[in-house]
Amino acid sequence: MSKTLKTAVIGAALAAFTALPMVASADSSGTIKIPTHNWSSQLVGAEVVGELFKMVGEEIEYVPMDSQTVYQAMADGDIDIVHEVWEGAFGASFTKSLETGNVIDLLTHDAVTREDWWYPEYIEEVCPGLPDWKALDKCSDMFARADSGGKGVFIGGPVDWLKHDAEKVEALGMNFVVRNAGSAGAIWAELDAAAAQKKPVVIFNWSPNFIGAKYAGKFVEFPTHDPKCTSDASWGVNPNALYDCGNPATGYLKIGVNKDFEKNHPKAFKVAQQMNFSGPDIDKMANYVDTDGLEVPEAAQQWLNDHESKWKEWIK
Amino acid sequence: MAGPVPATEQMPSRLNMMAPMIPFALLWLFKPLLPSWAIVPPKSCLGGCGTIEGLIPFVDWVNAGIQFLRSYEIFGLFTFRDITRSIARGIDVPLDFTEALLYKGFGAVGPMPWVMIVGLMIVFGLYLRGWRLALLGGGTFFYLSLFSLRGIWELSMKTLSAIAVSVPLAAIIGLLIGIAAAKRQRIAMVVAPMLNILQSLPHFSYLIIVAIFFGVGAKAGVIATVIFAFPPMTRLTMLGLREISSEVREAGIMAGCTRWQMLYKVEIPSARSALMLGVNQVIMQCLAMVVIASFIGQPGLGHDLLTRLQNLRLGQAFEIGVAVVLIAVTLDRFSQALVEKEPERIKDGPLWVRHPYLCAIALIIVGSIGLASLTEAAVQLPKEYTVSISSYLDAMIKFITTSLFTPLGILRDFLLVYVFMPTKATFQSMPWVAVMALIGCVGWKLGRWKLALTVMAFVFFIAASGYWVRAVITLYMVFVALCICAAIGIPLGIWAAKKDRRTKFVLGLCDTFQTFPSFIYLLPAVMLFQISDVSAIFAIVVYATIPITRYTIFGLRNVPSQIVEAALTSGCTERQMLWKVRMPMAFPEMLLGLNQTLMFALFMVMIAGFIGTVDLSQEIFRALSFNDGGKGLVIGLCVSLIGLTADRLLVEWSNQQKKRLGFAN
Repeated sequence: MSKTLKTAVIGAALAAFTALPMVASADSSGTIKIPTHNWSSQLVGAEVVGELFKMVGEEIEYVPMDSQTVYQAMADGDIDIVHEVWEGAFGASFTKSLETGNVIDLLTHDAVTREDWWYPEYIEEVCPGLPDWKALDKCSDMFARADSGGKGVFIGGPVDWLKHDAEKVEALGMNFVVRNAGSAGAIWAELDAAAAQKKPVVIFNWSPNFIGAKYAGKFVEFPTHDPKCTSDASWGVNPNALYDCGNPATGYLKIGVNKDFEKNHPKAFKVAQQMNFSGPDIDKMANYVDTDGLEVPEAAQQWLNDHESKWKEWIK
Repeated sequence: MAGPVPATEQMPSRLNMMAPMIPFALLWLFKPLLPSWAIVPPKSCLGGCGTIEGLIPFVDWVNAGIQFLRSYEIFGLFTFRDITRSIARGIDVPLDFTEALLYKGFGAVGPMPWVMIVGLMIVFGLYLRGWRLALLGGGTFFYLSLFSLRGIWELSMKTLSAIAVSVPLAAIIGLLIGIAAAKRQRIAMVVAPMLNILQSLPHFSYLIIVAIFFGVGAKAGVIATVIFAFPPMTRLTMLGLREISSEVREAGIMAGCTRWQMLYKVEIPSARSALMLGVNQVIMQCLAMVVIASFIGQPGLGHDLLTRLQNLRLGQAFEIGVAVVLIAVTLDRFSQALVEKEPERIKDGPLWVRHPYLCAIALIIVGSIGLASLTEAAVQLPKEYTVSISSYLDAMIKFITTSLFTPLGILRDFLLVYVFMPTKATFQSMPWVAVMALIGCVGWKLGRWKLALTVMAFVFFIAASGYWVRAVITLYMVFVALCICAAIGIPLGIWAAKKDRRTKFVLGLCDTFQTFPSFIYLLPAVMLFQISDVSAIFAIVVYATIPITRYTIFGLRNVPSQIVEAALTSGCTERQMLWKVRMPMAFPEMLLGLNQTLMFALFMVMIAGFIGTVDLSQEIFRALSFNDGGKGLVIGLCVSLIGLTADRLLVEWSNQQKKRLGFAN
């Protein structure tokens, strides 16, 4: 008897505790939540997007977030807009969030992204024929390490970026093994240490990012990407395998929004529909911070000052 | 009883110790005869583990559970998720206040100016202990202000505003659970294993679940922090309340205390020092979460640190790391001083003699508000006056890594080829039934059936989950790291325990390394050792050597003085004293140190996943990016169970050794 009473009391207390804040903050959809990640162009871009939304009278809040977890958060309505959806790195997470029906694929920027194998330029002196992939394969022993069994080591991105590098190595019959770094930072640390000694290294890299400004280098040229390459085994140099080609040299960069964004923030939604970053825009946003040493808010202000005619169109 | 064990007893005990190895060795030796299911658990993930079923589909069960809690409506009114979501909104209330106080400001009234915070810290320091503490407190916040070229001041205030909410919350929750568990044996039986699991569960394994049920942002960061920080408080509350002598309780009963008065007026004050130690631990744990909480939206130092690291700005990241250490050490020393503070007699005289500190506080508040209204520089130090030494740090790191790259490269290749790769191959060749037999036999030897069945169940969970192959790699890295940690930490501890000054120095070093955000030395590790097991193990060793060093010092210095005197009078040389008296007496403590080192190593092996290791950590990150809450939690449990298995065995062994040495307990 007393047990039921106890449960009832606890239940009532819990209900009271939960009802209180529900009442207290009934209107939490008032501010637009923009995520900030850990690379410069995104941070500056987020600040730019935020400033534009402020201009049309919205309130905004920046939420620092992991760049993969953010898609769950956007599907749950905790994040309103992701303005840099990279096809290569986040395509899978983004597609999964679209499947929930809670996220809208709003638009594709003009900026295209490229992600592929990349090497610092000094390697060309010791390995003739680059950037062709066959030349790279001939020099594979240069990239071998103590624990790679005589094969060259390619430093790939984290496994959750879903690159098909291992399949590519297999399909093209290359004498390489893929070693996945755990984070972008680890890739740069590898590059930095190797470049200081002019040691051979081949890494996963993408553009635009700050590396281009800091180290001279080139993407490895694989057989040009074709949609058939990843769906039809008979296409390409290896008639029996998929992925016998490079990554698309023109990956998309998209804006995704939560499905309620239009309803809750119609003014900001209109701005978002007009937005469009070009390749040079993304480059500049990164370079203001990475090469000129500006802090993120200063860099955003700089971009806004330099491109007034552009964004004036968006907030009309 | 203490003293050397007679030789006759020693021989069979050696044999005895080897006995649990026999079934293991036999199973391993006759591996070719075993059926394939006994070597690698069926349905295990072998290469990349996209979706894996496992022998028992734990992952599916957890995900079904999450789905149920998300969508099932209790009484058709609200879901469990609605409850957790509104709890999260409840946390926003105090958070709004601390954020406003420290960096957002209350509308027209600005946030606390930096001169006010520095001034208050100096006064508190003087009041609690003296000028040295005042210097630490004032100095820390002066550093935050001075080194704010890249905004460390505001970032620190963001971090502090979250800490100011998480610490009390974790302390109160920990205290309440601790009281309940100390009062009711049945609750304690549920709580104790829960605490063990929570403390060994990798953070990354519950981040998605927190994000689903509590959302993202500062409030979610607070919740993840509280989950990690409250267990030590509960533990110490239970310990404190249980150790109250019966005389104290009887005095309370005689004075006619009600149950509430008994708790509030007798028991809690008597357990004061244990409780304050708990609060102290909570503070340290909260600061340890600064970086990880930023994965689900905590603004502040942690997020900035990760950003700087991903862009290879090591010098800037280092400055932020120093800020975290300074904040941690300051809060730690202040809270310790608060515990030890004796009540003072109030002197007679005018107000400023009776309450000098209160007057000073009032003066500082009024003065700093006055200053702030006169000049912006008193609110936040203008950029022109701030400094950064990150470019020098970068140059230094560059110099060290480039000049050491080649010599260390030789060491790296030697270790890889002759030590790490063979060890890894050995671990991978062990059939899982053999490992289970070994763990079971050791458990039986130490604690008979109960212990044997418990640890075997732990091992079976890992095997059945489908992640056995990955777990073995984790185990190999932890094992190698553990050996290196012991080889460094024990001699270091012996050296440090000899003189007071050395002890103080080494313990200070331990504090620093423990609070310094461990993410920072991942990248230098890669620069020195490339992406390989060597760099991962190096990072683990840097962090996990701390506890074994601490416990060795503690064990050696706490040998009862009668025993030391007895040894001296019987004419021991210094060497004999160390090896025949102090070391054997310190052995149980060192076992506990080893146990803690293992826990630290398991924590760090997950973070070393950012370097790029092919073990459980890689799968946790994969789960994180695919929002697979169930997979994250199950892998987290596998890590946790590795820790718990070792914990059960080592603690039991340590207790038996203590009993053998005659330490009453």
